[in-house]
Amino acid sequence: MADILFYTFAAVAIGSALGVVMSRNPVGSLLFMVVTLASLAGIFVLLEAHFLAAVQVIVYAGAIMVLFLFVIMLLNLGHEYQRDIKGGVFAVLSFALVGTLAGFLARQLGAGAAAEVMSSAGGRSIDAAVSEFGAVGAIARPLFTTYVVPFEITGILLLVAIVGALVLAKRRVL
Amino acid sequence: MITPSLIVSALIFVVGTLGVLVRRNAIIMFLCIELQLNAVNLAFVALSRVWGIEAQVFVFFVMTVAAAEAAVGLAIIISIFRHYETVNVDNFNLLKW
Repeated sequence: MADILFYTFAAVAIGSALGVVMSRNPVGSLLFMVVTLASLAGIFVLLEAHFLAAVQVIVYAGAIMVLFLFVIMLLNLGHEYQRDIKGGVFAVLSFALVGTLAGFLARQLGAGAAAEVMSSAGGRSIDAAVSEFGAVGAIARPLFTTYVVPFEITGILLLVAIVGALVLAKRRVL
Repeated sequence: MITPSLIVSALIFVVGTLGVLVRRNAIIMFLCIELQLNAVNLAFVALSRVWGIEAQVFVFFVMTVAAAEAAVGLAIIISIFRHYETVNVDNFNLLKW
């Protein structure tokens, strides 16, 4: 059952990722992206990362994608239907680069799968933490102890991003 | 389920790279960068079954950085659009040599 769900989610995710690249209409691309994010959230659930699946749906599919949609609507790009894919030498070079990248990743993954280093020690420790502290507590505990300084820096980063976005997008600030 | 997840992650990353390289619409290029970030997130979550909960903490940080990047990037696109009346990257040639 879990395998069938996994392969369904994986096929939907890859198919709609291709849709993001292929779609002529920016709004279409965006909706394909939402489908990709939702099926990735499904894969997260199957990998027992329930908190991240919820954050993926709420923050990514909910907030960031709405921000993109808002900008597309604001700039009135919703009815551009002509192809904007680059052609010529550049396209050939990009496909060559992407092919190289795919080959490299396939080789690395093949080596990893052959070595079978995939023990489930981390999985067992996560399951123990989830049953002791709950799905949110399991991730909150390292976040607020070991990684508390990066967490605070993240807060400063978000503040800087808010101020920067406002300064960039406003017509005349000072 | 870890190795298939890593394969899916690699495929989505490759598709995202292709999108960044071949599309001309700046907003679609941004969407494809988000696609790449999500592929990396999927790899992190899959490997958290091997290395423990820290991988999921990193996914949390990646999501925050992605949100900040989207906000600032879209603000840049808006201010460029105000100048050039387009989001086609071929027209942005002010810094071109």
